Amino acid sequence: MKSDGTNSNARTGETILDMRNVCIEGYGEDGWKTIVEPISFQLKRGEVLGLIGESGAGKSTLGLSAMGFSRGGCRISEGEIFFDGMDLRKASETQLRDLRGARIAYVAQSAAASFNPAYRLLDQFVEAPVLHGVSNARDASQSAVRLYGEMNLPEPETIGFRYPHQVSGGQLQRAMIAMAMSCKPDLIIFDEPTTALDVTTQIQVLIAIRKAIEAANAAAIYVTHDLAVVAQMADRIMVLRHGRLVEEGEARSLLAAPKQEYTRQLLNVRTERKEPAQVDREKDMVLRVRGISARYGKGVRVLENVSVDVARGETVAVVGESGSGKSTLARVITGLLPPYEGEVAFQGEELAGSFAERSKQDLRQLQMIYQMPDVALNPRQRISEILGRPLRFYLGMNQASCRERIDELLREVELPESYAERFPYELSGGEKQRICIARALAAEPRLIICDEVTSALDQLVSEDILKLLNRLQKTLGLSYLFITHDLATVKAVADRIVVMLQGCVVEQGEKDEMLRPPHHEYTELLLSSVPEMDPDWLDRVTADRAASGRLG
Amino acid sequence: MNALVAPVSAFGSLWRSAPVSAKVGIVIVFLWIFIGLFAGVIAPYGETEVVGSVWQEWSAETMLGTDQLGRDLLTRIIYGARNTIFIALLTTVLSFFIGITSGFMAAALGGWTDQLLSRIVDILLSIPILIFSLMLLSVLGTSVPVLIIVLAMLDSTRVFRLARSVSMDIVVMDYVEVARLRGEKLWWIMRREILPNAVAPLIAEFGLRFCFVFLLISALSFLGLGLQPPTADWGSMVRENAGAISFGILTPLIPALAIASLTIGVNLVVDWMLHKTSGLRDEV
Repeated sequence: MKSDGTNSNARTGETILDMRNVCIEGYGEDGWKTIVEPISFQLKRGEVLGLIGESGAGKSTLGLSAMGFSRGGCRISEGEIFFDGMDLRKASETQLRDLRGARIAYVAQSAAASFNPAYRLLDQFVEAPVLHGVSNARDASQSAVRLYGEMNLPEPETIGFRYPHQVSGGQLQRAMIAMAMSCKPDLIIFDEPTTALDVTTQIQVLIAIRKAIEAANAAAIYVTHDLAVVAQMADRIMVLRHGRLVEEGEARSLLAAPKQEYTRQLLNVRTERKEPAQVDREKDMVLRVRGISARYGKGVRVLENVSVDVARGETVAVVGESGSGKSTLARVITGLLPPYEGEVAFQGEELAGSFAERSKQDLRQLQMIYQMPDVALNPRQRISEILGRPLRFYLGMNQASCRERIDELLREVELPESYAERFPYELSGGEKQRICIARALAAEPRLIICDEVTSALDQLVSEDILKLLNRLQKTLGLSYLFITHDLATVKAVADRIVVMLQGCVVEQGEKDEMLRPPHHEYTELLLSSVPEMDPDWLDRVTADRAASGRLG
Repeated sequence: MNALVAPVSAFGSLWRSAPVSAKVGIVIVFLWIFIGLFAGVIAPYGETEVVGSVWQEWSAETMLGTDQLGRDLLTRIIYGARNTIFIALLTTVLSFFIGITSGFMAAALGGWTDQLLSRIVDILLSIPILIFSLMLLSVLGTSVPVLIIVLAMLDSTRVFRLARSVSMDIVVMDYVEVARLRGEKLWWIMRREILPNAVAPLIAEFGLRFCFVFLLISALSFLGLGLQPPTADWGSMVRENAGAISFGILTPLIPALAIASLTIGVNLVVDWMLHKTSGLRDEV
């Protein structure tokens, strides 16, 4: 671990994991293919290794192989994996079963998907120690309470009696880390444990992970695509790309002086900055949302007196944690959820509450781009049909002009024209999102609502998407309402920022003004939670917050 | 020419990828369809022509013997294939049209529409289909159009449930929301956004339901409320010749075998399609 002093244990420094020339193959249509090329590394007790790369780099596959496991359709084809002197590739299934969960623990990306929804947290915690004969149920329950406390979970005495759906995502992730610690493992594998979380929650989980590794004096492998996060956690970093090792080094020296071009690209991500738009906020208002309140059914209010304006050619970013009501705001504006109070005006005219009552022209001028391009595109339609439908539906184009315009749209989003005949599954995630952008553009809109459009994408890819959106705005004079929880995205695209918390607007204003202190208390919390490339960032924030008494 | 080559080559590659069991099924199904289509050409005698005495032995003139009225059994089987398969197919198509339309509508509109349609279906499902159809047919009469409509209505309740549950997972997708926000009409959304994504399980179900309808018609004919004599159909042929069993004559088993062979053939094909569409990869 980074912070010295606590690891004065005599065993620190003993090699616990030794991977030698491990090569992993995956089964595809044309037989077995190498997905991770021979790679070797050693891991000492108390050391954290960061595996970083884009999706498809093989980092998770490599992480899992450290416990002698490969996913269905994959196999470890070569090499040796020594865990505490024992070759896992030669070990029997029974021997492996004894190790996994007891001496090697695994923390998955999505805690919500990994917990069994039918059992209480405590029952799931107790299972491993009892099964492995580490302790009896009573002792295990006691250690659960202790670990829950260490993980800063609220009410550690009773939280174990809740079901997974009764706690928040960040709490569930911490409960899973506590569970991984239940048998005092020697090696913990963290597979993107904070990727699905808000920044404010992420910081708590990061602190919890650090504590856990420190307390167990364990070795850890930390798999992530976020270099800023890995900078906080790892002693050593390995950069992977297409199953190949790009660069390896001590965390600090690698971040300070990367040798490879690819590592430099990863480090320089999130540098896109938009030129501020020149807008006339008095006259040229595209969207005016006034005093909107909304609720689901007759129950809880999810929006409370929200007012937001978007002028022509500007980008307004709406930020907040999940559950803050920012996506609900988008649903109200698009008419999917008619507001309970307040009005939405588009280009000076009031819009009907429900989209079903709006005119075709209103629908056309207000388009939306979604978070998950996979489910936003019909998998059974060709790209030409996906892009062609709005052209025919809104603009009544015939076959020939439709063809021409589709080619034009594809060029506009920097894709080859030959993609028109493809199906969505033949495209990568970033390319699919470009198609979604092209579909929105096909309607020739005034305003596009972008709902977390980059959060499902790799950083380098999302950077390109943001650049594309900025360029399109400049050439076409579009307005964006940008919904996101990622403040790096906000810095890249926004002219104005609206901060939301629990259904209310906490603060709003020009970007520069908003990013300059003094902030509203909540804005400050959001801003300070964004990880920075600086390896000392987490320590600093922890210290700051401890000083001001706002941790947890 | 190209229009012909494409489907033929598509069928060729499908044929090559099919396992042996599916190939057997395909051969059986196509054989019966071929026999049904060209019944008039293949059959040695007319559908209702009496060619000999009752329950004759197999001979050169009557290859499978004669039935209880002295008609050629082979001819009856051939015409029976045409009648039974044609009616079963028409019934299944109509049943799927009704079931899919109402099922998609229930899923896409939700709320009261869903409640109303689902409860009607629940009521219909609570009565055994054979008893319900017997009741309706004895009230409405047993002409072919009535038979088809009654069976299609009753069978569509099963299709409704499948179509609704499959499309429930589809209507929540963002691409359906995109289509709604674009201002598309319900029919377009059902046809272009939902149907292509639900078609795989529905096709597999189509094969299964075809078998059930086919057996139901045979059962109804056996009970005297299906196709009326002298129209040849396999179910009523079993019934009409059932008396022969007590004399040790195998005649009623022959149409029964025909029913069994088509059912097995269709099921072999359907099993293969289910496997193909379930998205499960063969374990390596």
